[in-house]
Amino acid sequence: MDDEFLEYEEPAANQDKRAELGLGALVCLVVFVLLAMLAFVLKEAWPAFAHNGLSMFFGSGGNADQQLQTIFTAGSENHASNLFLRAWPIVWSTMLTTGGSVVFSFVCSLFVAVFMVEFAPGWLQRVLEPVIRLLASVPSVIYGLVGVLVVVPFIGNHLITQSEKASVTPVISLSGYSLLAGVVILTVMISPIMIAIFAEGLRSVPRGWLEGSLALGVNRWRTFWKIAVMSARPALVAGTVLATARALGEAVMLSMVAGTTAYAPNPFDGLIFFFEPSRGIAATILQYRDDITSPPFERTLFAFAAVLLISAVSLSLLGWAAKQPQKRHFNVGGIV
Amino acid sequence: MELTQMESRQPPPVRRLTPGTTLKSWPSARQPASVPAPELGQTPAQQNGTPLVTTKRTEREIVPTIDRMHVDEVSIAYGQKLAVRSVSLPIRQGEVLALIGPSGCGKTTLLRSLNRLTELTRTASLSGRITLDGTDIATLEPTTLRRRVTMVFQQPNPFPMSIFDNIAYVLREQARRRPRKGALRPAVEDALARAGLLEEVKDNLDHPALRLSGGQQQRLCIARALAARPEVLLLDEPCSALDPQSTKVIEDLVVKLREEVAVVIVTHNLQQAFRIADHTAFMYLGELVEYGSANALFGNPRQQRTRDYISGAFG
Amino acid sequence: MTSSTTPELPKPSPAPRNAGERRGPRESSSSWRLTDRLGLALAWVLGVLFCVIAVAIVVFLAVQGLRYLHPSLLWTNPKVSNTQRGSGGFLDPLLGTLIVGVISLSLAGPIGVGIAVWLVEYGRPKLLARLVESTVEMLAGTPSIVLALFGLLIFETKVTGFLSAINGGIVFGKSCFIAGIMLLFVALPYVVATVREGLQAIPNHVREASYALGKSKIATIRRVLLPSVRPSVITGSMLGFGHTIGDTTIILLLMGDTQVLQGVGHVPLLGILRGTGSTMTSYIFDNAPTGDLNHPQLAYAAAFVLLLIVLALNLIVDIFARRSRELRWS
Repeated sequence: MDDEFLEYEEPAANQDKRAELGLGALVCLVVFVLLAMLAFVLKEAWPAFAHNGLSMFFGSGGNADQQLQTIFTAGSENHASNLFLRAWPIVWSTMLTTGGSVVFSFVCSLFVAVFMVEFAPGWLQRVLEPVIRLLASVPSVIYGLVGVLVVVPFIGNHLITQSEKASVTPVISLSGYSLLAGVVILTVMISPIMIAIFAEGLRSVPRGWLEGSLALGVNRWRTFWKIAVMSARPALVAGTVLATARALGEAVMLSMVAGTTAYAPNPFDGLIFFFEPSRGIAATILQYRDDITSPPFERTLFAFAAVLLISAVSLSLLGWAAKQPQKRHFNVGGIV
Repeated sequence: MELTQMESRQPPPVRRLTPGTTLKSWPSARQPASVPAPELGQTPAQQNGTPLVTTKRTEREIVPTIDRMHVDEVSIAYGQKLAVRSVSLPIRQGEVLALIGPSGCGKTTLLRSLNRLTELTRTASLSGRITLDGTDIATLEPTTLRRRVTMVFQQPNPFPMSIFDNIAYVLREQARRRPRKGALRPAVEDALARAGLLEEVKDNLDHPALRLSGGQQQRLCIARALAARPEVLLLDEPCSALDPQSTKVIEDLVVKLREEVAVVIVTHNLQQAFRIADHTAFMYLGELVEYGSANALFGNPRQQRTRDYISGAFG
Repeated sequence: MTSSTTPELPKPSPAPRNAGERRGPRESSSSWRLTDRLGLALAWVLGVLFCVIAVAIVVFLAVQGLRYLHPSLLWTNPKVSNTQRGSGGFLDPLLGTLIVGVISLSLAGPIGVGIAVWLVEYGRPKLLARLVESTVEMLAGTPSIVLALFGLLIFETKVTGFLSAINGGIVFGKSCFIAGIMLLFVALPYVVATVREGLQAIPNHVREASYALGKSKIATIRRVLLPSVRPSVITGSMLGFGHTIGDTTIILLLMGDTQVLQGVGHVPLLGILRGTGSTMTSYIFDNAPTGDLNHPQLAYAAAFVLLLIVLALNLIVDIFARRSRELRWS
């Protein structure tokens, strides 16, 4: 009679074994899917790579947009020439936008992180943290909207002079959709990522070092800058790398503020350089998203995606690896 | 972590000889006196004249003393809680002043107030006066003060740089223009020599400081503190994390250094205090219970509480 | 010094201070070198600048949004029209946001928790654990446009045709389902990271206590660990949700980009899920000056609503994070 009320519990070992296998299978499945993504993207991209070689990205010749059009209208990839593309302007734009925003963001983020962790008065510290979190969670399309409705007209109407516009009319039009707009907004977008990681690294510096430096008569600013920033180097690397991966993949905002022509901004143009349109790889894919029905075009777009994927993956892995030594570094010789 | 919000460190509990330690590693002269554990309030073997500690004082020459700092009726509070009550002490170059007392008696707090490190705790407040060479330290810039009164901490904390850079750190920050490495070398080697570390690291100055042993790291910290050419050197239980060999080396070093700088050392190790101190101040619950020359305080303490503490009745 | 000399206690100095509390001058930056002070000034400027930018964005969108936001926009369907007034509202995009958010969250939640549990509680063999860790990190850094293209690849096959419309044998490959599924990969890293942190914060003695009572590992996980890590699950899910509803590229490529939710087939709910539609993000994208429709006023209104949703989510995450911080394991 009592047996009715006893709950039959499976022996623990069986339960556990099944659970472990089940979870393990789930985990393997997810890993498989993601590795499959890598493989599939590369497979689809291969014909375009094979035909053009590296000069697809690093060689220039002709108008990339026109070449893309040709690829689209070709309809099939039977003729090798259907895949011809020299996309240097697009790659160069990506490099400029990503590089510029990462550099500016690094400087700004480092100062803001130092400020936030150490030198801001209490009330400002409590304000800054939610502010940074807010900036990190604003969708990129809203950044793009504010950019296209505020920043672009500002640049177009107030920063670019009429003579400058006239000087380039035959080739491109300077209307405010520019490299400058893209870099500025992208800097604001990726700074919160860097700030959060930098601040975490700065906060975990062993206090013995900071106290020791203060006790030697070094002032707070130099103490913090020299000792804390130096020992938070892994966090600096990790933050920079992850922000770069983010900047590389930004498509929506840039397609809204940085122009829609494949053009390689020329540093030798002086000031005009900043006002030239620049459409990067991700934005290009986005712009041509509807044309993917044509097979050779699909290959080309996947080639672009492959470049993005490989770069972003490498950067993410680098960032993850950079975060690892942070724990090991400090447990030497009895410190902490 | 913000520097301005570091709480005051609680002094660590008094260390006893753990069962695993073999007395073999202690030179025989330093075995603590085998006095039967006295009950509280009773005077122990003291009554028949046996001294309370039997270790020998480190050999030293008599050197003239120069007044460096004065602590006048200093009280320190953290918020509402008084940590140090109305303490007055002289600090002189040419002698080692040991601050002894049980955990929580305020000796570390007092030490940290000498270079105004207590200000890092927001709730700390200080009344009374501390002077350095006649000037009230409250009127000095903290950074200037901390170069003249440097500190060595309990846990060795060499920076994650090379040995050379650790010592040169202070010199580089003090100079107007960033000095070249060659110009710094004599000063670095001099500081290492004064700390007794030069011979051991002479050829490896560019190696990371974190690779040194614990005792060497602490001597590096002392060298680093000396590189600033201070007038007063503060030591906060510098040997409590070290093995006996390193402890002896540092104790001898401290006795030698007292000729050039005033030395104030906080220690919970009574034998150590007796070995190296010229004057000793016993603190209890924030008050200065007794102050005197080491021989007088250890040999014949005038206060009952001092007697009890030294004989191991509490603490 | 013999024991016969009286100890020398210094006499109090002739000008004693008053016994009140007094603090010395704190370290002020006026003693620093010029470069140090400039550095501090720059830090101040940048810190304040970021605050100003954030406030400016919110205020600007609020002002413009309130100007153009009529409540009717919230419950009218979008219509095709040349004028902004006649274009209806954004009910469908709102629903679309909700739908894809729910789909991705209901998938990312369990999967994310499962992965986190496996990583923290099991994690053998070591090689697989590292692979999983790095794969999730890789996923976190993958641009969503690449995820979108991948989605196009796998969902256009016949096998997955049931997830979207099939017209005359050709799988359309774009639907709410598909967008939601790909968005799961956007939310997943956040859920995994947060839940993992939460599980790692539980000290071992809690687990040991449960084992000592004879409970199996999986029962411990289900009955002891997961309930106590609930705040982390919620925080992680909200974080993931926030990033899901903020994503545009996957929506643009995988949801068919029709203004109105167009269902497929006759089954009521499934039909909508298999059908195409849009979300707030793609709505804003299309209505921006650079989009096809170019109705900036509607874009402002929609952006304001979207921002409010994101802000509300942030607030919820904040509250939960604070609550889980208060739960201390002593």
